[in-house]
Amino acid sequence: MSGKTTKPSWQNPAAMAIPKEGFFKLEQGRYGPIFPRTPACYGFTIIAKIKPGREEAIRGYGKKIEETIAGLPDGLAVLKLHYLRWVLFDIGKDTYFMYQGIFDTDFDKYTEDAVALFSKYGINTVFENLEGFPEDWKTNTPAFIKFVREHQRPSFLEYGEYPYVSAEEIKKALALKAAFSDMLDQMQ
Amino acid sequence: MLEFEDIQHLLLTRTPALTGRYEFLSFGSQAGGRAWLRGIRETVRSAAEVRASVNEDKRWVTVAFTWNGLRALGVPEASLATFPEEFKQGMVARAEMLGDTGVNHPDHWTGGLASPNLHAIVILFARNAEEHSRCISTHQKLLAQCEGVEVLSSLDLEATPPFDYAHDHFGYRDRLSQPVMEGSGEEATPGSGPLLKPGEFILGYPDEDGPPANLPQPETLSRNGSYMAYRRLQEHVGAFRDFLRQHGQTPEEQELVAAKLMGRWRSGAPLVLAPVKDDPALGADMQRNNDFNYKEMDPHGYAIPLGAHCRRMNPRDTAANMNRRRMIRRGATYGPPLPENAPEDGVERGIAAFVICASLIRQFEFAQNVWINDPNFHELGNERDPIIGTQDGTFEFKIPRRPIRKKITGLPAFTTVRGGAYFFLPGLKALRYLTTLGSEAEAGIGGR
Repeated sequence: MSGKTTKPSWQNPAAMAIPKEGFFKLEQGRYGPIFPRTPACYGFTIIAKIKPGREEAIRGYGKKIEETIAGLPDGLAVLKLHYLRWVLFDIGKDTYFMYQGIFDTDFDKYTEDAVALFSKYGINTVFENLEGFPEDWKTNTPAFIKFVREHQRPSFLEYGEYPYVSAEEIKKALALKAAFSDMLDQMQ
Repeated sequence: MLEFEDIQHLLLTRTPALTGRYEFLSFGSQAGGRAWLRGIRETVRSAAEVRASVNEDKRWVTVAFTWNGLRALGVPEASLATFPEEFKQGMVARAEMLGDTGVNHPDHWTGGLASPNLHAIVILFARNAEEHSRCISTHQKLLAQCEGVEVLSSLDLEATPPFDYAHDHFGYRDRLSQPVMEGSGEEATPGSGPLLKPGEFILGYPDEDGPPANLPQPETLSRNGSYMAYRRLQEHVGAFRDFLRQHGQTPEEQELVAAKLMGRWRSGAPLVLAPVKDDPALGADMQRNNDFNYKEMDPHGYAIPLGAHCRRMNPRDTAANMNRRRMIRRGATYGPPLPENAPEDGVERGIAAFVICASLIRQFEFAQNVWINDPNFHELGNERDPIIGTQDGTFEFKIPRRPIRKKITGLPAFTTVRGGAYFFLPGLKALRYLTTLGSEAEAGIGGR
């Protein structure tokens, strides 16, 4: 069980050094160890080698997903995401894909929801270009999750300028600011 | 089309039982275990049989096995390896993630349920006490003929009075919200959600994600089977009533506190439809008592608090992927009722229930780990399920109301886990297959 959430003030920037394993105390979730919430929220960094010759195919997904999200702006809302970042880089002759996500829910808890949604919008299909990705991933969620966990590289340092603030809280604060600004404009 | 004649009745039918007994068995030898199964198998009825004869039947028998139990019957290793990891590990190994910590830890469980020697459960539901006694006596005779088959423990079940509706020892009406499968012939009550693909509950059928995949082998063993998570939950009725008195000055206020914890009045009437005053007629009316949602009707929890039991166990339209999280519940109460106004007598009483689903990790374990025990469910920060969550006195319960919410801190535990296990509930053909294991089983998986 993840313990109670402690919330230092968002006004105090905070950094957290994380042990090599990615967690301070081994706590089992349904699919494996639970990674902690840090000043930079929950997240993952998945790094995997791509199959030779697939770089353009992967890059092509960038545009496709841009269009998907433009058509479905609330499509991923339930995942409480802040940011997703996709990066391709070379080591020697090999090309690697890095998939970094920052979000507000424990990775282990909502894994199947993420897999289901990413599958629905075609986001996972890009994984088919990665070496070792299970071919039956569409019908074998545990195998998909195993691949993700095996390729997760935990951070050893995370920093938050406004630590432990959820995307929901940020959106609420911005909505309040906008409403306040409107009110001031109307009072002119 | 569901194969009603092969599916154990427990999956698809409720029976008019007022009493019952669970017996937990260990097989000292493969031959003994199979001899027992050959003897009991004749009493295990399919859904089709029970539907046809439920009005005349006096008793209903179900059998299911742990992973260790399947091995103890002689299921080949290659076949055992095809079962899902969480089932192989068993509930004890999953305790921390399930929240079975502190006094709920398997070290404190009763009846040998935490033992790796737990191999099988036989569930008896009976119409009356006379039939209950007769069945136990018959079963004892069978056991006496089966060498090495040991009863680790048993638990007698009794409905709690009044008997005109199902309810637990706290007094809450039960059996109000159940998922219904396509092709089951059942009709979902209003508000119970869409008909679900049968593969969500029964192995071998399409589920909400598509055609069946990754089934345990051989298919003869897995088809028409399901998984059951057993939970024996002691209910601390004295502590529960003390809590209501502490937080409510009048009987009416106490009833409202009880309703806020559950999300329904003890009559069953949901707070979304009866927010201020109990409505027992609504509670008893299956056409109305489940017909509500949260997103439009109660987004902030002014009727049903965001952390109330029924909101956690079935978040309805406020959860993603909801059709993949549903569960069938069966079970009964045990122990004597605690009379009103009587102090806690220290006698164990509670509910002994089964959660039935096609994937323990995706359905039961998700519910237990996230819906019940995630302190930050619905961004509540420091709450767990007030009725069945792992409570140690450090969590709170917030009741939204205008102008100022009520926050109850230091919520006590109203329930304690006294035992549990993961079982596989085979179809009738699979039961027959299990009886034929032995020398033939060397043929390997798919050998029959």
